[in-house]
Amino acid sequence: MKDSFKYFILATAALALPAVSRAGEESDSAITTLREVVVTGRRVAPPEIIPAQVLSGDELRRLNSNSVADALRYFSGVQVKDYGGVGGIKTVNIRSMGTNHTGVVYDGVELGNAQNGQIDLGQFSLDNMEALSLYNGQKSEILQPAKDFGSAGSIYMRTRKPHFEAGETWHMRATVRAGSFDLLNPSALMELKLGSRVTASLSAEWLTSTGKYKFRYRRVNPAGELAYDTTAVRQNGDINATRIEANVYGTLNTGTWSAKVYNYNSERGVPGAIVNNVWRRGERIWDNNSFAQARYTGYFGKFTSLNNVKYAFYRTHYVNNDDKQVKIDNLYKQREIYLSSANEYQAADWWRISLSYDFMWNTMSADMYGFAKPDRFSHYLSAATALDFKRFKVQASALGTFIHDELRGQESPADKKVFTPAVYLSFNPLRSTSDLTLRAFYKRSFRMPTFNDLYYADMGNSKLSPERVTQYNVGVLYNRTRRGFVSAVRVSADAYYNKVRDKIVAYPKGQQFRWTMLNLGLVAIKGVDVSGLITINPVRDLFVTVRGQYTFQQAIDVTNPADNYYRDQIPYIPRHSGSAVVNAQWRGWGLNYSWIYVGERYNQQENIRYNYTQPWYTSDVSLSKDFSLGKVRLRALAEVNNLLNQDYDVIINYPMPKRNYRFTLNVEI
Amino acid sequence: MVATGCRDDELVVPTEYDIVPETMAADSDIRGFYLVNEGNMGSNKCTLDYFDYATGLYARNFYAERNPHVIKELGDVGNDIGIYGSKLYVVVNCSHKVEVLDARSGVRIGQIDIPNCRYVRFYRGNAYVSSYVGPVLIDPNAPKGAVYRVDTLSLAVTGKVTVGYQPEEMEIVDDYMYVANSGGYRAPEYDNTVSVVQMYDFKQVQQIPVGINLHRLKKDRYGKLWVTSRGDYQSRPSRLHVLEKLPGYNRMAVTDTLDVACSNMAFFGDSLYYYATEWNNFTASNTVSYGIIDIRTRKVVSTNFISDGTEAEITIPYGIAVHPETGDIFVTDAKNYVSSGTLYCFDRHGRRKWSVRTGDIPAHIAFLPR
Repeated sequence: MKDSFKYFILATAALALPAVSRAGEESDSAITTLREVVVTGRRVAPPEIIPAQVLSGDELRRLNSNSVADALRYFSGVQVKDYGGVGGIKTVNIRSMGTNHTGVVYDGVELGNAQNGQIDLGQFSLDNMEALSLYNGQKSEILQPAKDFGSAGSIYMRTRKPHFEAGETWHMRATVRAGSFDLLNPSALMELKLGSRVTASLSAEWLTSTGKYKFRYRRVNPAGELAYDTTAVRQNGDINATRIEANVYGTLNTGTWSAKVYNYNSERGVPGAIVNNVWRRGERIWDNNSFAQARYTGYFGKFTSLNNVKYAFYRTHYVNNDDKQVKIDNLYKQREIYLSSANEYQAADWWRISLSYDFMWNTMSADMYGFAKPDRFSHYLSAATALDFKRFKVQASALGTFIHDELRGQESPADKKVFTPAVYLSFNPLRSTSDLTLRAFYKRSFRMPTFNDLYYADMGNSKLSPERVTQYNVGVLYNRTRRGFVSAVRVSADAYYNKVRDKIVAYPKGQQFRWTMLNLGLVAIKGVDVSGLITINPVRDLFVTVRGQYTFQQAIDVTNPADNYYRDQIPYIPRHSGSAVVNAQWRGWGLNYSWIYVGERYNQQENIRYNYTQPWYTSDVSLSKDFSLGKVRLRALAEVNNLLNQDYDVIINYPMPKRNYRFTLNVEI
Repeated sequence: MVATGCRDDELVVPTEYDIVPETMAADSDIRGFYLVNEGNMGSNKCTLDYFDYATGLYARNFYAERNPHVIKELGDVGNDIGIYGSKLYVVVNCSHKVEVLDARSGVRIGQIDIPNCRYVRFYRGNAYVSSYVGPVLIDPNAPKGAVYRVDTLSLAVTGKVTVGYQPEEMEIVDDYMYVANSGGYRAPEYDNTVSVVQMYDFKQVQQIPVGINLHRLKKDRYGKLWVTSRGDYQSRPSRLHVLEKLPGYNRMAVTDTLDVACSNMAFFGDSLYYYATEWNNFTASNTVSYGIIDIRTRKVVSTNFISDGTEAEITIPYGIAVHPETGDIFVTDAKNYVSSGTLYCFDRHGRRKWSVRTGDIPAHIAFLPR
């Protein structure tokens, strides 16, 4: 029992945010948004074969979101696991393949976590976020670090970069948010022009909240009589966090460079599961995550080189102070070094090739009994090519991954060598216009067993193999922008089939809740993602945008016909889910309504009534007003979340907040 | 199940009934049995099943329907069950309570709050509950465990005795209570003792070294104690130890350590039925064994009490009980801990009579007298 318990803690508690370097700023800024195609540098980044789902700029800011995780709920094919509250852990699962298959890239740098492979996206603020993009498979771009070819799905977060008009030398922005849960969240951003070719930004943020909110459990018996109805206050969900980030950007005759230093420091309570007779727990986590990264992109005629370097240090301190349970006081430290060089050559107008090599070193130490001290050396080598025949485009890539783990005082497990190819195709069937695109991809990818899977005291299994995923996707996109009553229309639909092999699952050994990890699972996923967007301009100055997405997923466990959950939908994956957003803008006023729907799910493998979890759907509303006082621009925003006061759990026994409020004031000079 | 896109009122978890091909002998003193499903930690899915010999009905998830007003139902991680007099006691480990029900109706009478409670035994009008948490002050990082004494009429805690680290099962023989200490929170420095508690003043008088990480402790019909050690799961294997009083002494002493791994056991006549689940790192699989020991000779007389090959269907045996009259053997299968388990019933010759679906992690059985 204690083993699984500790593992759970380690898995959930130690969501440090490691890092890896990734991607060029050119590719990042080449995201095709509705309104513009931003192109920087000299190399005009080719449009992506399969465009990302993107939320950016004002649209992102209007979405009543506390964190990046909240905003990602508006993407199709995505399930967010949310343990509730401001400080609750939030992880993302793309197309049911599992959180560990999701790559998360922060300003061109992949965040990683060698310990448990999960990134807590609740830790990432939207305060200085410029755009969020979601790619199924990889970004269809060949000039990118080798590691970027590796994930089954990727989320790219891009922060705001300074842009100065002629004569400007500085910008400043200050924001304060306050609201329910005793939330107070001031932040500031300073942007400076340090010279004709160098700019800098400094961003800082403080977040504090008691995390207290009312939740309610109500049951009726089948005759409709009330069985119980209780409302309580969520305890031990407090958070106190700071984020400091500094960036420098420069241009040279032969390219561009940038550097970033980042620190996130938090103390959080872990609210824990609400079970009979237990309404508060005594667990706390301190996270201190820092990284520094630098990038240089060089342009030499037909040759482009993108180079990244990064160092990261993550420290997690977990304490359980509950008198009724075993005392735990553990310190986990992770370090990471990452070097990457991606190189592209334009062989002809229609033909580009690239070669990338990444090296990464991860290490971890934990002051607990039986945890091996692993060092992991990873080498990634990728080759890719892109062919552009105007209406028909092809990209193919191949990634070789070589991983060697070294343990102090123990025999090291066998080295892992994995080869993963991907092919992306797109085709414009109409000769007259490029509004309509057909697309398809095939991709193989894998995830390495994490340090916890392999080396965690007693339950780790150093013989684990990588968990492998194969994806097939076909889709269609219609995208049109013009002047008039309907100013923009975008509709896309994709159908996909994924297979997860050698899925790493916890398997019981012996008595007393003892577990080990085995490559046992086999999951087949069939899905359809549909999304649409329309902007209309019914009268002068009034713009109404409606955005919707729907996801159908059948994700079934096909491991063993003898299991009583054979061919049952896997836990926490709804068959139906979707969202809708309606936004109206009129002369500085903005009104936003968003609705999120997650259909019925099962909270364990077996699809029986005891594991049934009801659908949930929430409505959020916000009203904003922009105005100017001379050179100073102000924005006031009022939000109401969970307007209809629904009592729901995303994860069983982790109740979510009832109706709550937030107010934001933003000043920009 | 109603498949709809909208949210409905959350219903009290309903009971499900299965028909079991079983009848009650006319002269039987056993009316039925209760089975506690532990439920995985944090799931709040500890459930109670009941089988009634008179009707042949197996009632799955029986508690919530009988007690719809209890907020968040039976609780998180059941760990033991016992019947004393007219009352049924369910020890719910991670809800830090012992739930007390009317043994005939399953209707709640009350609860006793005991932190991190593990097992329950009864003696002379009192219930005794072992708990991982004793006084916190002595060593805040690894407090010793305790046994709580509860008056079965008032359901009030009337005393507490500090024993070894993380105590598990206990038994009372001749006015002394013997408590198996595991020390599981202190790995790798496990406890290795059985605490001896003098009942008249409820004081610990002795700790007998037996083996590391003790768990089960059961007395047989001759007053001997059978104690299992879990070992360290690596180099030191699980073992079965025998404690008995030497002639002329009133003190228990270890008289034998059998070269047998044992996870759990139950008695019928002079037979001790046991099973063991041991993880093998080399094959990455569990090695499961079932056997019978003659408690007089302390020899293994059978290396498998299942005679019809059913053991191939059992993933993780997790509980064992023997019907005190018929000798029917009950074995539960916890499977992967996070899905419904199975309860198997074998006749005394080891042939499968029936099996039924249970809740998550079926584990502990208590027979209800007529």
